[in-house]
Amino acid sequence: MKKEKKSVKTAENTLPSAVKKTERELPFYVVKRGDAEQTFGRAALIRASAIVIALLLCGIATIFVTGDNPISIYATMFKGAFGDAHNLWKTLQDLAILLCVSLAVTPAFKMRFWNTGAEGQVLISALATAMCMFYFGGAVPTPVLMLIMVAGSVLAGVIWAVIPAIFKAFWGTNETLFTLMMNYVAIQLVEVFLKVADKSGSNTVGPSLLKHGWFPELFGQKYLLNILIVAVLTVLVYIYLKYSKHGYEISVVGESENTARYIGVNVKKVIIRTMVVSGALCGVAGLLLVAGTSHSIDSNLVGGRGFTAIMVSWLAKFNPLMMVLTTLLLVFLNRGSAEVTTKFGLNTAYSEILTGVILFFIIGCEFFIQYKIVANRSHKLFKKKGGSENV
Amino acid sequence: MNNVAAVELVNVTKTFGSVVANRNVNMDVKKGEILAILGENGSGKTTLMNMLSGIYHPDEGQIFIDGKEAQISSPKDAFAYRIGMIHQHFKLVDIFTAAENIVLGIDDGKFDPKGISKKVEEISAKYGFEIDPSKKIYEMAVSEKQTVEIVKVLYRGADILILDEPTAVLTPQETQKLFAVLRQMRADGKAVIIITHKLHEVLSISDRVAILRKGEHIATVNTAETSETELTELMVGQKVALNIERDAPQGCLDRLTVSHVNCVSREGVKLLDDVSFTAKSGEILGIAGIAGSGQRELLEAIAGLQHLDGGEITYVNPKNGEIVNLRDKNPKQIKELGVRLSFVPEDRLGMGLVGNMDITDNMMLRSYRRGKSMFLDRKRPKNLAEEIIKSLQVVTPGAGTPVRRLSGGNVQKVLVGREIASAPSVLMVAYPVRGLDINSSYTIYNLLNTQKRNGVAVIFVGEDLDVLMELCDRIMVIGSGKITGIVDGRSCTKEEIGYLMTKTEKAEEGENA
Amino acid sequence: MFDLISQFIQRAILQGTPLLFGSTGEIITEKSGNLNLGIPGIMYMGGISGVIGGFFYQQSVRIVNPVLAILIPLVCALAGSLLASLIYCFLTITLKANQNVTGLALTTFGVGFGNFFGGSLIKLVDSDVPSIALTKIAKVYKTTLPFAQWLEDSDSLPLQILEWFCKTFLSYGFMVYLAVVVALIAAVLLKKTRMGLHLRAVGENPATADAAGINVTKYKYFATCIGGMIAGLGGLYYVMDYTNGVWSNNGFGDRGWLAIALVIFATWKPNFAILGSYLFGALYILFNYIEGASMEIIPVLKMLPYLVTILVLIFVSMRKKRENQPPASLGLSYFREER
Repeated sequence: MKKEKKSVKTAENTLPSAVKKTERELPFYVVKRGDAEQTFGRAALIRASAIVIALLLCGIATIFVTGDNPISIYATMFKGAFGDAHNLWKTLQDLAILLCVSLAVTPAFKMRFWNTGAEGQVLISALATAMCMFYFGGAVPTPVLMLIMVAGSVLAGVIWAVIPAIFKAFWGTNETLFTLMMNYVAIQLVEVFLKVADKSGSNTVGPSLLKHGWFPELFGQKYLLNILIVAVLTVLVYIYLKYSKHGYEISVVGESENTARYIGVNVKKVIIRTMVVSGALCGVAGLLLVAGTSHSIDSNLVGGRGFTAIMVSWLAKFNPLMMVLTTLLLVFLNRGSAEVTTKFGLNTAYSEILTGVILFFIIGCEFFIQYKIVANRSHKLFKKKGGSENV
Repeated sequence: MNNVAAVELVNVTKTFGSVVANRNVNMDVKKGEILAILGENGSGKTTLMNMLSGIYHPDEGQIFIDGKEAQISSPKDAFAYRIGMIHQHFKLVDIFTAAENIVLGIDDGKFDPKGISKKVEEISAKYGFEIDPSKKIYEMAVSEKQTVEIVKVLYRGADILILDEPTAVLTPQETQKLFAVLRQMRADGKAVIIITHKLHEVLSISDRVAILRKGEHIATVNTAETSETELTELMVGQKVALNIERDAPQGCLDRLTVSHVNCVSREGVKLLDDVSFTAKSGEILGIAGIAGSGQRELLEAIAGLQHLDGGEITYVNPKNGEIVNLRDKNPKQIKELGVRLSFVPEDRLGMGLVGNMDITDNMMLRSYRRGKSMFLDRKRPKNLAEEIIKSLQVVTPGAGTPVRRLSGGNVQKVLVGREIASAPSVLMVAYPVRGLDINSSYTIYNLLNTQKRNGVAVIFVGEDLDVLMELCDRIMVIGSGKITGIVDGRSCTKEEIGYLMTKTEKAEEGENA
Repeated sequence: MFDLISQFIQRAILQGTPLLFGSTGEIITEKSGNLNLGIPGIMYMGGISGVIGGFFYQQSVRIVNPVLAILIPLVCALAGSLLASLIYCFLTITLKANQNVTGLALTTFGVGFGNFFGGSLIKLVDSDVPSIALTKIAKVYKTTLPFAQWLEDSDSLPLQILEWFCKTFLSYGFMVYLAVVVALIAAVLLKKTRMGLHLRAVGENPATADAAGINVTKYKYFATCIGGMIAGLGGLYYVMDYTNGVWSNNGFGDRGWLAIALVIFATWKPNFAILGSYLFGALYILFNYIEGASMEIIPVLKMLPYLVTILVLIFVSMRKKRENQPPASLGLSYFREER
């Protein structure tokens, strides 16, 4: 974690006067924006324009691929995401699951613990849920089964998250690589279960084998319970991070380990405790995926949400309420472009390309929030015109 | 040939924002000469040398190398002018060998480890270094790393060498070895500039001494014709009256006792060497010393942030006279023992405060654990924040502003305000007025005086001797991790403190060559 | 028995080769301080770009010219992976974006790119199966050295042993050897040359490298692009050689991540990666050779490379031997501050 600090150490002394100005210099140089310039409005404007530019670009690309007119393409995307009740529920459900995983990774990221293992943490919890359904389903009364499922999935998520945390806390083991590797261990464990549970050699264990322990429908909506659970979790995580003592310690450790030491915070304890929370939330996500959504398990069940969640959380600057919006953006893109691909008979991977491009733009635009490019007036390029422009 | 200076600085001025680091400096170094640059902390020595090594570019003035005007705008340019600087913080890649570090960045065609080692050994033999080209940097002691830095510079063919406080990290024996090497270089016709605080070293090694004070060049004297007393006077200057109020200490009782404290760094260097003193209630104890002499370690040891290798730190509880041992306790445990200790660290935004948090949240850093609830109580800190903003006249849009947006003086007011608010019985402050304007500085002095009147034991680490002499009741001087003396703040002279600051064990041994 | 061992080694080497390309590329990248988690995406892009080039070439001619059959997909694959690497470089080096987030986005993009164009080509040929076959080109890629055939059915024992040797180690398409050669060159470059020294300095301590007059930005771009292109070759090898020119969506699987695991396993040394890749390859296919093995054993064996990698990571961090640690500035952006 100490390593992160080096890059964070901001250039308070990067005075423009300290920038050398010789003929060999480039025509532009980069200056860190003063803190006064980093206003919320400006940042929002830069981010919004990045998204708009990216959407336009994707629209243009789609025109080339499909030959349709742009308005109709955006209309199709909108229809795909929010067009009718079915699509809307599906969108909300996707939003709930992705948001849940994003909530799970957020406490760790706030602490600058780069957990790239949410994929595995969710999957292992999904596996635990499925195993509870498979082995205890029908053998115990439903409420008991539900309890076992909750306990099992949360415990699995916690174990998967806390192992790298312990090694990070005591030996400084690189958490990015450790958690990444744990994903693939989880995938293979699921494969083992698939082979054990379904002797036919299929690569999913489906609803026919996991008959018990399904989440009930509320008001005739099978996804409503998921959505409500995630809504409650969002508020809880927001409160936890913002108003609890734990959340405060997480922020201090993330911002400056030195300050944490200065006030006597046990950094090791905070790292481990926070990953327990992260893992438990991943556990809930796994539970929702299996018991509340698919009623089946396969090794691709999480479908990259663990990685997408990292971007959701990072884009929202680790604010759970903002994450509702960033999740919505990604889910909209995904569902919208899926609609475009079906309408024009493209293959489904097209939406991944669009998502990728838009992410590139959003990631790239952060630079312009923190830095500005200033024309080097002494450069010969500007000697004649004599003008300088601030971007 | 000897008439032309190897380096000549003419009217060099450098400013950072509104702070003038160097003003109209004129100075020269000849070939085959060792020039010492002497000055207190913040007198602009390093900035001046950084302009020669291409890290900074002067705002005004000229630099002449061998009589020709030079434009040095990058370290690469400096190499081209055969200038090599050995920085205080070594710029070495830890997992590389000495040889690999030495040739790093040089592009002269083929890469021939054997040839490099041979050349390194040639240089070493010529000047009397001991160096193993295949040894990894992380396996090296500090003195060896320094040798690598020097060879690195010589390998590039430097004729002008600048050493920034090279002896700060060396033992007396290692210093003698280094000096032997420097004399060898002088004999070889190289121009050597050495920055140091230690007077006996200046007298022992240099041919001439240039003295800087507050960014200005005061004088250059021939070493043979000067004395320690004269140099001290030139360095510290005349006493300046600041008119800081000072009451007579009252009701002085022993509050905090440090006895025989030792502290060794991971490299085995003694950071604190048998330090003993007592801080009394109702007085301000000043700590003077060259930067990096162990002040930070001492305060951190008391605050529970530094592991001790020996000694005791005890605290007398003013309420019941109970004696508490603080050794090997962390800040949280110290607090739980009922010790009311406040600490304003040197690194304000990196340790004392969290830059990205607002003033209210920074108020909570020390007190957020209060109460059994798992939630934070932001009401009290918010009131405190507003109180401090009002009483200390902090310029800020509000209590919800992140502290990194505040100016240096306001940041310091927030930090000191918070530390005082917990009604401490011991208050430690490190360089509390560094970077502050006059008004903010006086606000801080007044706050410290109020605390003193309230019976707090105040420990003040400062760098400006004038301030220390007007504010403190007693001044303790620390040099190389050792206490070199404790003087009375009212009766001592500036020269006396200056002498204690530069006095080291080595000087006492009278081992001046 | 001899034949069985020979076959096992062959299959392990074939399995290990894409990993070797991927990890060699990633080692070079990481040595410059860039943790490129986009490598799986880059390998996809390399693979599909080669397929696109090969597809149009094969469609346009009746008889393929062996030189062009190799060159066109090769150049396309290099161009595709270079493009992907440039996106990563621009975002993380020039715009100083977070490396983890950028890498993951690139993987999303790259996999999507591969599957989209793969899917589009599949539709173009209207085949019954969801895959696309470039058999003619694959044949060229799989052309082996003829030694083994010359020695077939010899009587004397020495000749038989020689035949066995040739079969086991000399019966591959050129890309298998290319992978080893590239890894060895990378090892030598990193360890023995000035360029390698400078590159390692950039990854360890960019401020020091900068002070020594090394152009940090240039080195980071250069290493990441070269690394990406090498990894892209892994994607190309996988389609053209390993699967006999058959592209099917998502066929490449988790090999990209396995390549990243291998980097840790090899403790950032390309020469170790050669053996490591064959070891990982062997674990991948081991189940075929275990008698009476049940189906459950397959995923357990596939899990082993990752478990071993985790153990290596833990061991290295506990032992704290400096030479085996990740490059010290891995994952951090460099911004020159002092001036």
